[in-house]
Amino acid sequence: MTNAAVHVEGQQPSLHIHVHEALASGATQAKGQQHPIKLYLVVWGWLFVLSTCSYLVDYFGIHGYLRPSLILLFMVLKAGLIVAVFMHMAWERLALAYAILLPPVLVLVFVAIMVFESDYTHLLRVLFFAPPT
Amino acid sequence: MAETALTNTATSITRPAGWRGIAADWSSDQRAFKNVSWGKAMMWIFLLSDTFIFSCFLLSYMTARMSTTVPWPNPSEVFALTIGDRKIPLILIAIMTFILISSSGTMAMAVNFGYRRDRTKTAALMLATAAFGATFVGMQAFEWTKLIMEGVRPWGNPWGAPQFGSSFFMITGFHGTHVTIGVIFLIAIARKVWRGDFDVERRGFFTSRRGYYEIVEITGLYWHFVDLVWVFIFAFFYLW
Repeated sequence: MTNAAVHVEGQQPSLHIHVHEALASGATQAKGQQHPIKLYLVVWGWLFVLSTCSYLVDYFGIHGYLRPSLILLFMVLKAGLIVAVFMHMAWERLALAYAILLPPVLVLVFVAIMVFESDYTHLLRVLFFAPPT
Repeated sequence: MAETALTNTATSITRPAGWRGIAADWSSDQRAFKNVSWGKAMMWIFLLSDTFIFSCFLLSYMTARMSTTVPWPNPSEVFALTIGDRKIPLILIAIMTFILISSSGTMAMAVNFGYRRDRTKTAALMLATAAFGATFVGMQAFEWTKLIMEGVRPWGNPWGAPQFGSSFFMITGFHGTHVTIGVIFLIAIARKVWRGDFDVERRGFFTSRRGYYEIVEITGLYWHFVDLVWVFIFAFFYLW
């Protein structure tokens, strides 16, 4: 315990030097992800436009194959913008990007399995549990 | 000293582009994500596991909806609100979507100002994000109240397939919990930014490690993920 306290106290002077260094360097150079604010505002605007579009799909009651295709299109575009720009995945090291982005794609296999499974369940329900007519 | 070794990501080893680079990173010793700090990599891995949790919820919803012989309640009508004397479909959900997107916008800008070491703007934008998030949770509470008053229960509802209630409460409830945790996380980090913890590299009371402005970006990753999940819930549960 006492050791730690001494350690922290010993660091106090250097801490203050650090502050001045940080404040001095902060104005001129910044670490980490740096992109113009305008980029975020443009993406923000596009997300608003895409959300409005997907809401209008429901508002105008579009039906048939067009409905799921439009919903999926706007969904994928919105998700892509958020992950690529807001979460900075477009600028991350490729080893991380692939490690994170590939596994969720495999969920599609699970989707396919469950589509077959629910079709089968639905068939059984129609065949054996339909109310007598 | 171990701390420096773990968080020093300044040296980035050059690799060939594409798959060869990925193979070189993964087959090297010790760390696969060379210039990515452990904090950011761990948040991404947590978000990946959370993706699987939400995938399972949406998949079980899909299975229930596809296999039922009873018609599924029409979400366009269930979530309609009467404003004035017009019934507008899904309007509350649309407003909630715009609020969450706006919160993502302010969060992205907070990360940017954080790396520029602009303490005041970063904290203010993070608190704005938290306020948007709290508004979202409030509107969700209103939506839940409305549906419960109309007789929606996890085991049944007045309009059709009984699985509608359980899917709805499970999916939106879990998402709302994530938003709530995000608001708490944002306020906690905004307080540290405001106090200048990351300018003086003050040690955290829990981890006794020095904090960096990168924590703003890591908080942002979590927050954008919450928005990302809502994109999928909005498409699959409310619009489909």
